Amino acid sequence: MEKQRYERPIIKKLETGMPNKFGMRTEYAPMTQIDGVSVKELIKEYGSPLFVISESTIRSTIKKAKKAFTTRYPKVQFAWSYKTNYLDAVCKVFHQEGSWAEVVSGFEYKKAIANGVSGKKIIFNGPDKSEDDLRMAIENESLIHIDHLDELYTILELTDVINKRPKVAIRVNMDTGIYPMWDRFGFNYENGQAWDALNKIMRSGKLELMGLHSHIGTFMLSASAYAVAASKLADLAIGIEQKYNHTIKYIDMGGGFASKNTLKGSYLPGFDVTPSFDDFAEAITTTLLNSNFKNSELPTLILETGRALIDEAGYLLGSVVANKRTSSGKRNTIIDVGVNILFTSFWYDHKITPAQPFTHYTETTQIYGPLCMNIDVIRENIDLPLLNKGDHFVIHTVGAYNMTQWMQFITLRPNVVMIDSNSKVHLIRERESMETFSSLEKVPEHLKKFEL
Amino acid sequence: MRINKNIAISDMGFVFNPVNGESYSVNPIGVEIINLLKEDKSYEEIKATILNNYSTDETTFEKDYFDFTNLLLHLNLTETEDEKNN
Ligand SMILES: Cc1ncc(COP(=O)(O)O)c(C=O)c1O
Repeated sequence: MEKQRYERPIIKKLETGMPNKFGMRTEYAPMTQIDGVSVKELIKEYGSPLFVISESTIRSTIKKAKKAFTTRYPKVQFAWSYKTNYLDAVCKVFHQEGSWAEVVSGFEYKKAIANGVSGKKIIFNGPDKSEDDLRMAIENESLIHIDHLDELYTILELTDVINKRPKVAIRVNMDTGIYPMWDRFGFNYENGQAWDALNKIMRSGKLELMGLHSHIGTFMLSASAYAVAASKLADLAIGIEQKYNHTIKYIDMGGGFASKNTLKGSYLPGFDVTPSFDDFAEAITTTLLNSNFKNSELPTLILETGRALIDEAGYLLGSVVANKRTSSGKRNTIIDVGVNILFTSFWYDHKITPAQPFTHYTETTQIYGPLCMNIDVIRENIDLPLLNKGDHFVIHTVGAYNMTQWMQFITLRPNVVMIDSNSKVHLIRERESMETFSSLEKVPEHLKKFEL
Repeated sequence: MRINKNIAISDMGFVFNPVNGESYSVNPIGVEIINLLKEDKSYEEIKATILNNYSTDETTFEKDYFDFTNLLLHLNLTETEDEKNN
């Protein structure tokens, strides 16, 4: 007779009239595979933890986003926000889908060039562009989004030595009714800074004013804030048209659409509360179509959407290290995933699904990583089926920011694989090794020897 | 270790403690262990039964067993040695 699957014995107090949120369990079925590839096999082959990216999810998501905008507005261009996930394979999927590159540093800029993106299709944002960066961007005819006056003056000086007319836009910050207001980047709309900068650009006669840019915040749960932003940018564009008879080519609404993650402390799961691409598209395009642009002069709408396009395509697989109880009797589960590689666990209650069959019994558990630090908590309170040491699980919606903001702390960063549309697995970033780090370090001669 | 005599446990894993009116839910393996405890089985006997029926190893079970029985004690569902001797 085959033995039954083991599950540890548990006892749980029944609280009458207190079902857990919505009286539902968090998980109904194990996630044994991703895009047709077994989770167990993936871990066996590539180790644990392991980041997995679904190519088909990226493609279907960008297609959905594009459709939401192109069915409502005639000229739409997406630009992949490199900082969200700049693994080359990921960037290339977006470029194959027609996205330009949006970068915020010389490093990201060079990455986009190395990925084969033409300079003309790179949008260069960010407050810290060195003179060399700017020179490179001017030479390549990239779209430089000016963040502050010092940058504007540097570009103007460079026009004396480079025989090219820089293509520029300004970043505009504004009150869109969202708190906190992001006013650190770019020029302010309400106090006239933005209009002032635009006049400086136009009067210099040395720069080609191509567009206007704003990025009003991130993980925006309100589509209407974008309508406010679009109308303010349209206002500036029409002001320039009237005063200088100059037509602006594009309006760039930046990124910020919320992904389907659940923000910490949110009562409702992210899946139920985040606006859809259609909601954002409707708010933005209606505003632009209703503004006073002449039909022939409707600007291209650029979108630098980051997290909403990649979050759901990313999974993090891991294994249970141990189960414990705190002094107060609370269940603790230690996993091999720490906050150093799952940075977004500071913002989100990530969904976690066991990767093997389980019963309907659950225990309220705190999940923490292996970092020996109190902050290393992945989930504070999760009603989880019973996991044994060595069991695997899947953490969902981790595609945005984790693979760029991860930290190397006491362990090495793991492999990243991409599953293509034919369920073929490709290693797209190799796990770090001791050599990765020893190759960077130098020990002064007098410290090389010691006796203990 | 001994389960308090007046504790009721159903096959479905519903546990009721008439002393304080609290009720609990227990998973099937937990029910099995509680029932074995009610029959005054020793740890060794319980271990043998579980290892025979489930795919697990001795160390894992030992750890989980003591965790579980500690919780039963904590919830006042078992008698301590002192009480038993009275
Ligand atoms: C200028 C700019 N564009 C786009 C993005 C992408 O934002 P998100 O991931 O919220 O869509 C960012 C992110 O901070 C940004 O700073």
